[in-house]
Amino acid sequence: MFDWLQNFSDWLIYSFFDIAQGSKLGDSLNFFVYDTIKILILLFLITFIMGIVNSYFPVDKIRNYLSRNKLFGLEYLFASTFGAITPFCSCSSVPLFIGFVKGGIPLGVTFAFLITSPLVNEVAIALFIGMFGLKATILYVSSGIILGMIGGFVLGKLNLEKHLSPWVQQVLLNAEKESDLEIEKQSFVQRLPLIFREAMGIIRSVLLYVIIGIGIGALMHGFIPTGFFENYISKENPFAVPLAVIFGVPMYSNAAGVLPIIQVFVQKGIPIGTAIAFMMAVVGLSIPEATLLKKVMTWKLIAIFFSVITFFIIISGYLFNILL
Amino acid sequence: LKTIKILGTGCAKCKATEQAVRNVIAKNNIDATVEKVEDIQKIMEYNIMSTPALVVDEIVKIKGRVPSESEILEALK
Repeated sequence: MFDWLQNFSDWLIYSFFDIAQGSKLGDSLNFFVYDTIKILILLFLITFIMGIVNSYFPVDKIRNYLSRNKLFGLEYLFASTFGAITPFCSCSSVPLFIGFVKGGIPLGVTFAFLITSPLVNEVAIALFIGMFGLKATILYVSSGIILGMIGGFVLGKLNLEKHLSPWVQQVLLNAEKESDLEIEKQSFVQRLPLIFREAMGIIRSVLLYVIIGIGIGALMHGFIPTGFFENYISKENPFAVPLAVIFGVPMYSNAAGVLPIIQVFVQKGIPIGTAIAFMMAVVGLSIPEATLLKKVMTWKLIAIFFSVITFFIIISGYLFNILL
Repeated sequence: LKTIKILGTGCAKCKATEQAVRNVIAKNNIDATVEKVEDIQKIMEYNIMSTPALVVDEIVKIKGRVPSESEILEALK
């Protein structure tokens, strides 16, 4: 699908700029040009498609649907899937949390949404396709959704309501089923300009991270020998996954910044499952996220939340290493 | 006199919205007060789930994205 782009990058670097093929600089630059253009194309496509889906399933509609319908366990699947569809912005996680609680949606279901939202989103999907291919992407998305479901379900069973901040418990007491939304009927063509603008906004907001990420990745690609990391983090080392995850939890980056670097780690010999688990820990959990959640929950609940998710990310890391 | 509130916990998008609103007011000589609401409890009273949001005279006009200047002008009419 991207052969033409590889040809273009080869021509640009090796012929036009006349940098020797096989040299460290040449390989780094070639990788940078190829990866940047490929990722931008995919980013635009996926963001636009997700924007269309999102325009028809805005978060208010999802909340009201979950609030009004008895779904016999399926609500975890829906909440987690919707978490994947909704564009993630860390500053929205608290309003979302309260909005869900207010609508009388069980805490576990709310958590399912909250877990998947940063893990799976349009930016992560676009970069994943570009870097690891379709098969790995499908596996990543489905495991992100399953992780949200199971994590939410487990957290829901722990009766954690008493560990919410007092004012949130008050909201919980006054929770009521949401009434119907007045939904503006708009044709697809009417929706397009806004979808387009939103997509461009998302791309603009991650562009810098993507380019810096690919830049670092390109340098590593050119200058670190293949198989370099194998000596340190091999598939056989049983502690590699938990260590990578625990190391990744306090760190924060969005998928855009961390994936280009992960890709190079994998090329240089780190098992893909370990790398993905690390990435999940980085984008899904972080100290900034914890401080945001502090507004709605006690430290104890945050600790429980983080431990449960960390545990499941470690498990998925092992699974990825077996499956991929 | 219009009362404009920008709801947002302080992320980049919220700041962009506030700036855009102030630009529109200045350019069009609109008589309005602009208040940035950052307290999450107060924000939630408006029953929104995505920030930033633009509130004009206590009515939520736009939520979840940074509005363009023409949209803001429209919301202020």
